[in-house]
Amino acid sequence: MTGTEVREAVTRAHQEEWARVVASLTRRFGDLDIAEEAAAEAFATAVQRWPDDGVPPNPGGWLTTTAVRKAIDRIRRESKRDDKHREARMVHDDGPPEPAGAVDDDRLRLIFTCCHPALAAQTRVALTLRMVGGLTVPEIARAFLVADTAMERRITRAKAKIKAARIPYRVPSAEDLPARVSGVLAVLYLVFNEGYLASGPGTDPVRADLTTEAIRLTRLVRALLPGDGEAAGLLALMLLTEARRSARVSAGGELVPLAEQDRGAWDAALIAEGHRLVRERLAAAAGGVAPGRYQILAAINAVHTSARDMRDTDWSQVLALYDQLVRLDASPVIALNRAIAVAEVDGPEVAMAAVDRLEGELAGYHAYHATRADLLRRLRRGHEARAAYDRAIELAGNTAETAYLARRRDQLR
Amino acid sequence: MRYLFSVIHDRPTLATPEEDAAIDVFNERLQAEGNWVFAGGLAAPDTATVVDNRSAEALVTDGPFLESKEYLAGFWIIEAADLDVALALATDGSKACNRKIEVRPFL
Repeated sequence: MTGTEVREAVTRAHQEEWARVVASLTRRFGDLDIAEEAAAEAFATAVQRWPDDGVPPNPGGWLTTTAVRKAIDRIRRESKRDDKHREARMVHDDGPPEPAGAVDDDRLRLIFTCCHPALAAQTRVALTLRMVGGLTVPEIARAFLVADTAMERRITRAKAKIKAARIPYRVPSAEDLPARVSGVLAVLYLVFNEGYLASGPGTDPVRADLTTEAIRLTRLVRALLPGDGEAAGLLALMLLTEARRSARVSAGGELVPLAEQDRGAWDAALIAEGHRLVRERLAAAAGGVAPGRYQILAAINAVHTSARDMRDTDWSQVLALYDQLVRLDASPVIALNRAIAVAEVDGPEVAMAAVDRLEGELAGYHAYHATRADLLRRLRRGHEARAAYDRAIELAGNTAETAYLARRRDQLR
Repeated sequence: MRYLFSVIHDRPTLATPEEDAAIDVFNERLQAEGNWVFAGGLAAPDTATVVDNRSAEALVTDGPFLESKEYLAGFWIIEAADLDVALALATDGSKACNRKIEVRPFL
């Protein structure tokens, strides 16, 4: 085996096995910190040993065994100090002896623990990327534009709280499950959106590392919770959005709006997979299962990705889906996106009236001003459009979006 | 595992008779289900006295150690298997006493 092949094997094992190793060690030793450290040491050992010893036939098994040994070493070292760690365990391994397939359940336990509502939203994101995604602390720190030491502190504090407050390591009860799954999906959607519309002035406008990671983790959640419609919906939404990624920013680093995107550059395979999931959920909806917000958003994106161009788009279908979404979630941001569909169905004047009603709540949101600017431009109210573009540029954090808005403003007569 | 439920309040009012009745029902349930350790309501913060004997001479001061709008109005100490159980109890406790509750584990 060449050095490249070994490196690829390590990378693949990291992607496929990291969460499994951390999850099964957490169950066994009842301590996230021990599990994380032992998993990291096991992968470091693989990097050292596999080039000489060869890649083991069962890399996951090798990594788990190695990690277990590292964990036992650490516990022995620490138990010289005291026996307290045994009492401080967060896990009560109350289940029967592990049946086959219990490892998958362990990964699910791990996800629910990392996304526990008693942790702050940003902490849930960081902890999920570290424990489930296997990103390093500096990688996560870079993703959220904070110093390594600050991110390290946040993760350390979270692990300490999980242990001290005994945040359980288990899949929530049926009664709590829908709310808790929705919390997990919110974390994954946050990661995806930060990648898709990176907010910092110093970052790339689209962070493929984050969108790819969010999709990978959502695939995992979907596989672990195959009956959950919203998990399928979120995966479809991400796939249909990601499919347009390369067409969304021009070579010059400017955001390309949907109407102007080269639809031939969209990723046909991702679109096909997304459409399959949307059809699956439509069939469930026809059977009487009410769709949640991710499923509706995915359906909206399915309409867009089915159209040859902007004019071919079934806007009345898009509007009907937004009406359905507004009934679920009456937030002003949804109302703003609905107004964009209204502009296509009923014209910019009707849409303008709907947008103006949102001023009180959205005056500080760049997309509100960008939407107004576009509608004002179409209504030939150039002076007002210019002011709205100025405000949108002031508020927008994404570099590609700022460039696009500036060009549009400068094209006004 | 033991947790302290601190009842946080921001107005100088005691529990109403309805709140007292709801707290009684909640307490009986805690006892019946084995979560009860101890609980109590506290008199207003301006009845507090602070003693500081860290130095050579004990210092006695009138009033609470911290002037703040929110104050500790009472507490429960409960026994629960884990934080999920504790949070579910705190959710019902907050409804019963009609005040915010901070949940904190004992060491």
